[in-house]
Amino acid sequence: MGLSKTNRETIEQVCARYGHRADALIEILHDVQRAHACVSDEAARIIAGSLNISRAEIQGVRSFYADFSTTPRAPQRIRLCRAEACQAVGADQLAAELDRAGTPHEAVYCLGNCALGPAALIGERLVGRATPDRLAAASAGSGQDD
Amino acid sequence: MTESLTLFLSRDAAARSVGADAVAQRLQQLAQQHGTTLDLVRTGSRGMLWLEPLMEIERDGVRHGFGPLGPDDVETLFEQDFADDHPLALGPVEAMSWMQAQTRLLYRRCGVIDPLDLDGFERMGGLAGLRVAIAQSATDTIEAVTASGLRGRGGAGFPAGIKWKTAAEAPADQKYICCNADEGDSGTFADRMLIEGDPGLLIEGMVIAGLAVGATQGFIYLRSEYPDAIATMRAAIAAWEERGWLGDDILGSGKRFHLTLRRGAGSYVCGEESAMLESLEGKRGQVRVKPPIPAISGLFGKPTIVNNVLTLASVPDILAHGAAAYQALGNERSRGTQAFQLAGNVKRGGLFEAPFGLSLRELIETHGGGTLTGRPIRAVQVGGPLGAYLPASMLDLPLEYEAFAAAGAMLGHGGIVVFDDTVDMARQAEFAMEFCAEESCGKCTPCRIGSVRGAETLAKVRRGEDVEANLALVEELCTVLTDGSLCAMGGLTPMPVMSAIRHFREDFKSEPLQVDETVVG
Ligand SMILES: Cc1cc2nc3c(=O)[nH]c(=O)nc-3n(C[C@H](O)[C@H](O)[C@H](O)COP(=O)(O)O)c2cc1C
Ligand code: SF4
Ligand code: FES
Repeated sequence: MGLSKTNRETIEQVCARYGHRADALIEILHDVQRAHACVSDEAARIIAGSLNISRAEIQGVRSFYADFSTTPRAPQRIRLCRAEACQAVGADQLAAELDRAGTPHEAVYCLGNCALGPAALIGERLVGRATPDRLAAASAGSGQDD
Repeated sequence: MTESLTLFLSRDAAARSVGADAVAQRLQQLAQQHGTTLDLVRTGSRGMLWLEPLMEIERDGVRHGFGPLGPDDVETLFEQDFADDHPLALGPVEAMSWMQAQTRLLYRRCGVIDPLDLDGFERMGGLAGLRVAIAQSATDTIEAVTASGLRGRGGAGFPAGIKWKTAAEAPADQKYICCNADEGDSGTFADRMLIEGDPGLLIEGMVIAGLAVGATQGFIYLRSEYPDAIATMRAAIAAWEERGWLGDDILGSGKRFHLTLRRGAGSYVCGEESAMLESLEGKRGQVRVKPPIPAISGLFGKPTIVNNVLTLASVPDILAHGAAAYQALGNERSRGTQAFQLAGNVKRGGLFEAPFGLSLRELIETHGGGTLTGRPIRAVQVGGPLGAYLPASMLDLPLEYEAFAAAGAMLGHGGIVVFDDTVDMARQAEFAMEFCAEESCGKCTPCRIGSVRGAETLAKVRRGEDVEANLALVEELCTVLTDGSLCAMGGLTPMPVMSAIRHFREDFKSEPLQVDETVVG
């Protein structure tokens, strides 16, 4: 998939915003992931050129961190906390319910809402005491925000 | 009805996760209908998370609380003029038993002021520690931190003063202060709450650290799973820079310190300090071989202090009120206060700051009110995913480093996760291995491969296959992990696994499922 000229320019702008500093790579990948819903190989190539580091290095970093993907992810996807404090209040059962209802969700490990679990992030919106209904309502609400 | 009204409502992510914004919106609407000018101050959280959204009103200098509120409760609040006999009234907030039983040092401004209100911050004691640090020598500052007995709050409990002294004495043209705000442990949210509720305290602590060791640049490594904390910290750094509290001339002293926020990217192991430094350099979060220690050679090979959020946030008070006052709190070799976080299946969960030494039982039963489900407590995991599972019979254990170590457990970052009697401890042990497999940085074989084997073997145990032999294998794997891992990810995964086996042996089926012959016939 080739990126359009404007996309190339936005990626170069992101790199410029961080002064083309290689140590800011994770920040840059976050911004690119947010703008394009992924860090494609094409994007990785542009970043590599802009920061003057190898493409392999970028691919290595991209694959190490759960936050980055090579293919697009829905920005408002449900990320359900599957860590211990949420397990203790039924996170696994909630995940199974979502599966049965055909609602896609991803696992994340602790959102810092461990006293009000099960917890989930929808986009950047944190949901506490999550149930299928509360998640559906929050998803609908998030959509309106954007 | 009064013509102008000031109300306080939490903007903490946990409060927002259960509807604080909807309450705020409804308050604005009703104020307008009543012709009242509403000044709605969005504060951090008091840490009584079961009462969120918690709203407060000040009368005669005393804050009265109401919660947990829904948007539908707001109308009656206005009708009853926020009186203390409203069904959701809590009375004076600071007189509540949860608040009374605490010693709030770190969190004293949290839930009280707007986290970005710099004047409020200063009025409530902010900058006092920094002013002392500017006025005295760096050696005196380090001496005070050492004398206070402050130990790292990130998990390992290493004395902060020793680390600072090492970095201060290391000759270099550039040094760094790195705040570990990766807070990856399940059951912990103290760093998040502090950053969202009183970011200035952390910034103040970092500037002091910079002055003490001679570092002019700091980084905060904040987990990406905390979008609200990231936004608040960014805004706080900007506000401090604008005031001249950060930058090239701190408080007109001519001293320099700059602060940059960096986001994590969803890797648990990046909370390990050397992996964090790799990540801050823009690399894969792989653990470094020690030595050298970061205080000698850390970020970009320069002397670097890596401290947890709460460690750094403890420093301003130590300078402002003296090391002796801090040292007077706590027990044995556990000094000062600890932010305990009560989480999981608990009726009243939240943040509880107290000197070390109170018992798990007091915290969970007296303050926490037992389980949320009302069922008996069966297990408690303390100290995050690498911490031990303790049975209900061990609840009298005092919360302090040494007592926990003696019981084969650890306090870690102070997270306490409660499980009721429906928990399957074999599943929890299996999860601990799965988590290690998922989050291993891959550098050492025991951790990378052993965790996968461990998870597979525990799955077999759960299916009742060759239980004795497989449990023996798990134990062997755990020994290999303990002895052969470079960092505590692999090194401590045996703690939840073996504690579950030791204390809850009945959940690890001892033989293939019993067939009841009378039924089968
Ligand atoms: C796998 C792993 C994860 C860790 N996660 C964190 C963390 O999220 N926050 C933290 O402060 N320390 C964490 N630590 C401990 C750090 O390595 C380090 O000891 C700590 O940041 C030092 O600061 P302190 O002395 O102020 O506690 C972790 C350690 C390991 C092995
Ligand atoms: S123990 Fe695991 S996480 Fe730690 S260095 Fe080894 S492989 Fe990496
Ligand atoms: S364990 Fe789920 S939010 Fe912390």
